[in-house]
Amino acid sequence: MEAQRSTGGTATVLPRWILGFGAFAILFFMASQVTAFTISPAERDMGNLQKILYVHVPAAWISMVSYFLVFVASIGYLWRGRERLDLFAASAAEAGVVLTGLTLALGSIWGRSTWGTWWEWDPRLTSTAVLFLVFVGYLSLRGFIEDDVRRARWSAAIGILGFLNVIIVYYSVQWWRGIHQTQSSPETLSPMYTLGLRMNAFAFLFLMILFVSVRYHTAVLERGAEAREEEEALAGAAHV
Amino acid sequence: MSRPGEWTRVRAILWKDLVTEWRTRTSFNAAAFLAALIVLLFGFALGPDRVTAGAVSAGVVWMTLLFAGVLTFNRAWEREIENGALEALVLYPGDVRSIFVGKVLANVVFLLAVGALVIVVAGILYGLPVREAGPLLVVVFVLGIVGFVTLGTFYAAMASRLRAREVLLPLLLFPMLVPLLLAAVEATAALLTGDLLGNAPQWIRLLIVFDVVFAVATYFAFEFVIEE
Repeated sequence: MEAQRSTGGTATVLPRWILGFGAFAILFFMASQVTAFTISPAERDMGNLQKILYVHVPAAWISMVSYFLVFVASIGYLWRGRERLDLFAASAAEAGVVLTGLTLALGSIWGRSTWGTWWEWDPRLTSTAVLFLVFVGYLSLRGFIEDDVRRARWSAAIGILGFLNVIIVYYSVQWWRGIHQTQSSPETLSPMYTLGLRMNAFAFLFLMILFVSVRYHTAVLERGAEAREEEEALAGAAHV
Repeated sequence: MSRPGEWTRVRAILWKDLVTEWRTRTSFNAAAFLAALIVLLFGFALGPDRVTAGAVSAGVVWMTLLFAGVLTFNRAWEREIENGALEALVLYPGDVRSIFVGKVLANVVFLLAVGALVIVVAGILYGLPVREAGPLLVVVFVLGIVGFVTLGTFYAAMASRLRAREVLLPLLLFPMLVPLLLAAVEATAALLTGDLLGNAPQWIRLLIVFDVVFAVATYFAFEFVIEE
């Protein structure tokens, strides 16, 4: 069934606070990027390549926050059975997949220039890739289920199991690599870089909240439209 | 919902599935031939010299089992769906999770048979020291297959009821199998190369932990997957 969108411009569909918050989030993001770029000097070994850090690391952090939201909302759905929790979990999963995709792509580019390889079989990389695949699977599954209740229940189960699995993957890969060899990446960070990083972490958090609210709001509207369409169809049938 | 009653239900499902399979043997024949074929193809793809190295052949053996297994999980549920048998099963009084446990056990028996065939064929074709690896290899296979089947049966309970079941099952299942595959391959490789470093027991312990974690998680989550 095609969801019918309500007529009218964006302004009537999205509530004001989302538009206002969106403007703030985007401006804050731009400000954070500019700040990070201007106050941090080019790094000794990595040069300007280091600037990837300001997008890569916050994207990774905030994607974890999104998946945690999926996890919590999924448990909440199975417990309470409220449809909105399912819609919220799906919106958070979408934001999470976008951010993880960004993390992997940027990390690869960074790794190519510093480690000399696009990919390393390190626990963090591997578990991020698995996380990405689990939630791509989660979103694909949703696309194939027509019944609302079934979609919500099944995806909640997958969201919870998938999230827990990633913790297991992380430790098992760590152990696997630990037996073979240890992979380390320099984590030391001078204070000159931390301000830009912190600002960007918040910038990504705000962007994530924006993405999730827009997607969640759209999902609620779509569901409402579907329900109305059904009601009208039923009312039409009653008149005939 | 008394416990002995549930166990009878589990046994009934297990017995029914095994008898159905035994009478036709279509699933087993298909999976067994496919597995043997994959083992042979890996021999060509990697070259005989490389496959005979224990570390590589362990990976080949487990990937073969994964590919053969993923075809059978959907089949086990489709049999129930085709004639509306699943609805009837769910309507019977008692815990729906017994259906899951019964199916898992039946699939374990099924995949153990396929696994035995794979290890024999791989042993012959790649010249693996299967006999020297000893009873621990059997333990690794049983533990690996139990974990694999638990997750496979759980995800197939969903995927088999959807249009794109062939694509969806591996898409959902394979990322979940990463830790199990790691532990199973490492343990098998260690045993096939004589386990000079003594790594096998660690990986076996890890397999036990994974089996328990996944069994408990899927057992409780199954209720949400089956109830309509």
